[in-house]
Amino acid sequence: MSFEDWIFALHLLTAATLVGSLVMSWIVIVSLRSADTPDATLNLNRVGIVGTAAIVVGLFGVIAFGIWLAILRDAFQLWDGWVIAAMVLWALATVALFRSFAEYAKPVAKARELVASGQTAPNSELTALNRTSTGLLLRALASTAVVLIVVDMIWKPGA
Amino acid sequence: MPEVFAAIRPDDQSFALLLHLVGATVTFGALLTSATSIALARGDTRLLRLGYFSLLLVGLPGLILLRVAGGWLYSLQNWDDLPEEFDEPTWLGIGFIVADGGGLLFLLALALGGVGVYRLRNGKGGAGLLRATMVIALILIVAYVVAVWAMTGKPN
Repeated sequence: MSFEDWIFALHLLTAATLVGSLVMSWIVIVSLRSADTPDATLNLNRVGIVGTAAIVVGLFGVIAFGIWLAILRDAFQLWDGWVIAAMVLWALATVALFRSFAEYAKPVAKARELVASGQTAPNSELTALNRTSTGLLLRALASTAVVLIVVDMIWKPGA
Repeated sequence: MPEVFAAIRPDDQSFALLLHLVGATVTFGALLTSATSIALARGDTRLLRLGYFSLLLVGLPGLILLRVAGGWLYSLQNWDDLPEEFDEPTWLGIGFIVADGGGLLFLLALALGGVGVYRLRNGKGGAGLLRATMVIALILIVAYVVAVWAMTGKPN
């Protein structure tokens, strides 16, 4: 394997990490919708943290190795239309994901507050925060952008 | 020579490749969720069940899609028509080992986890069986990383 092959493999490994951890985050989000107690929220948050860390590694790894690959390979350039489209979609996904992380941090803060005050019973405000529609929409927007990046990478329109 | 053919991908294979990648990443995500949930459960039934059901309801459909789309791609690329004087490339062999051997391990993890969840529901323990599911999920995660590396780097 050449050095370029290694960069390509790392680019795709970080892409797999990104998409796989997005799948993981969706499983946690769906589970959170039925979590109404501080304990359930905090337990799911432990799994969510791992997913968030993997998403961040995937996001930054995929763009770093992708740009490196575009510089190394003669077959395509950073200013090719499909490469620019992928970078714009990546930026959109990154902003949406970080804003959704902030949305899903709210129920965790609320659950910690409830635990600190000795309340462990189901709480309607916590349930509402766990079912945040803003967080859900942002995560859906980010996921759509990531799927479009994969489609763009496979078909390479205009290449 | 087979590697050269593999590097040239006509457009009619792109959809099969997309489905193969979707299946692989969905399975990978389900394995990550399963291993993480069971590892961090600390006896919490909800997380133990999440670890099992993410494998059953998300991972299994993903695995089926991965395997079916992979088979479709194999036939579109005419690997079954490869002349006898050529050996199939190593990366393809690794892919089959991980998809088929890993598939059997996956089913074993589901069987063990299923008994574990059943025992958990009836208050007869079951956490140990779910930990075995977690260990298999971790092994499969490593195998999938190797498969992605082999499929992309195409070492021979």
